[in-house]
Amino acid sequence: MIPLSHFLIVAAVLFAISIAGMIINRKNVLILLMCVEMMLLAVNLNFVAFSHYLGDMAGQVFVFFILTVAAAEAAIGLAILVVLFRNRRTINVEQLDAMRG
Amino acid sequence: MNIAIAMPEIFLLSTICLILLIDVFLREDCRMVSYLLTQVAVLATALLAYGAMDGNKTTGLNGMYVSDDLAGVLKISILLLTFGVFVYARKYLKDQNIWQSEFFLLALFAVLGMLIMVSANHLLVVYLGLELLALSMYALVAFNRDDGRSSEAAMKYFVLGAVASGLLLYGISILYGLSGKLELTEVLAYVSAQNVLENIPLLFALVFIVAGISFKFGAVPFHMWVPDVYQGAPTAVTMFLGSVPKVAALAMLLRVLAESMGTAQAGWAQLLLVFGLLSVFLGNFVAIAQLNLKRMLAYSTIAHMGFILLGAMTGTTDGYSAALFYTITYAMMAAGGFAILILLGREGFEAETLDDLKGLNERNPWYAFVMMVFLFSMAGIPPTVGFYAKLSIIQAVMQAGYLWPAVFMVLMSVIGAYYYLRAIKMMYFDKPEQDAPIKADLDFTVLISVNGVLMVLLGLFPSALMGICSAAMVTSHL
Repeated sequence: MIPLSHFLIVAAVLFAISIAGMIINRKNVLILLMCVEMMLLAVNLNFVAFSHYLGDMAGQVFVFFILTVAAAEAAIGLAILVVLFRNRRTINVEQLDAMRG
Repeated sequence: MNIAIAMPEIFLLSTICLILLIDVFLREDCRMVSYLLTQVAVLATALLAYGAMDGNKTTGLNGMYVSDDLAGVLKISILLLTFGVFVYARKYLKDQNIWQSEFFLLALFAVLGMLIMVSANHLLVVYLGLELLALSMYALVAFNRDDGRSSEAAMKYFVLGAVASGLLLYGISILYGLSGKLELTEVLAYVSAQNVLENIPLLFALVFIVAGISFKFGAVPFHMWVPDVYQGAPTAVTMFLGSVPKVAALAMLLRVLAESMGTAQAGWAQLLLVFGLLSVFLGNFVAIAQLNLKRMLAYSTIAHMGFILLGAMTGTTDGYSAALFYTITYAMMAAGGFAILILLGREGFEAETLDDLKGLNERNPWYAFVMMVFLFSMAGIPPTVGFYAKLSIIQAVMQAGYLWPAVFMVLMSVIGAYYYLRAIKMMYFDKPEQDAPIKADLDFTVLISVNGVLMVLLGLFPSALMGICSAAMVTSHL
């Protein structure tokens, strides 16, 4: 039996990688969207692991809702990306600096 | 099961679906019909929410939903503010040629999300309400789809908003692992049995949850999105975003932190104290350097949110009611301030820099006076309501034993007064740069006047609203 802490460490590492990916990435907005998805998946892993070890189904139900919301979020994110590309002809993070101050 | 407990939300959802359907069959020039239906839906939902207020706290839907006076007060203020914002927004949408029913429908979905958050008694419901609000807001910010700034702002808001929900969810997952519960009342039972400051995993979860909530407020250090989104979004959306969701953010803070983790106040108070003080500092200082009025109001929002966090930080009934009073009145003055910006715009022209305010007194003395009232109120100058709101927060902070933070808040308010007074000086003592007549429909004119007069009336007689706020806190045992 794999101990709970292993799952938590993997989830925490995934979470940290996704945050790091957002901070380090200076090139492409799409990578930001992938990082967002990975972040939610890290949380899902946490929920499923806790749910299994607590013997409580509520955590797994929560995961279903997170997955659904993540799908909706990805749809809106990509839609905004398309509009952005149409207006700007670029999805480079560094060039998204029309507003300053 | 007690479905009737969610009556306002169910009603709002069914009307949204109905309006969506009706709108499909309407011709281009009948958009007004869906606007009117939207307004009727908002008012009817407010009536239903008022009818549900009976001074008791009842839970329903298997303990996932709660209805109490606090929820009632928050819902009614959200709905009435939305009503006002829609009246103001209509002129903007027509002027800028983006008069689409989607604006009102998306905003209604956002409102539905807020109502759900307000009544949530379960962490899953909090999350779903929050996401419904956030997803509708992302789409609204990108509403002007041919404007590059609008879509850039939406992208920034989307990415940072998604990170914030990720942080909040991570905190919730740890809290779930510790307590094994998701229902807020059961979380309370768990947290009450712990010594927060010694329980490192609980503190770990709290940090993430507080970070997620602070992001929704736009408090430092989670404020990066606020200026860009305020500036880039269409002014009507900025007005909506800058007023109504603040009430929902406070609701989330009250439900998640105050109600279900009130006994862990020692754990989250320090975080909120630091975030609040940083916001008050940074918001007021950076606003001085802004020439874009929307951006200036964004930084002023950050400073105001700092005040609200500091009020809630105290963990006392006085502090919570002061924060609620502050949020409601701030939302009113923010909506009014942006409404004046909309008023100054006309077809093909958007007012958004400080220069556009120049000589407003010569162009129209009454609107200049109303704008002066809003700016005085934001600066916290008596007899406007902003003064009383700030006073009651500072009083609560001092009563909770935080003397130096209170002194710091007063100092920062004095510094903040500078940029509000600069705008007033421009309105009254500078020559106008343009002399196009300021035109608005009757409903707009009446509402902006009522809004301005309310700022003074509430400042002179604050006890009525304050009484409602503290009574709501008492029924929720806060």
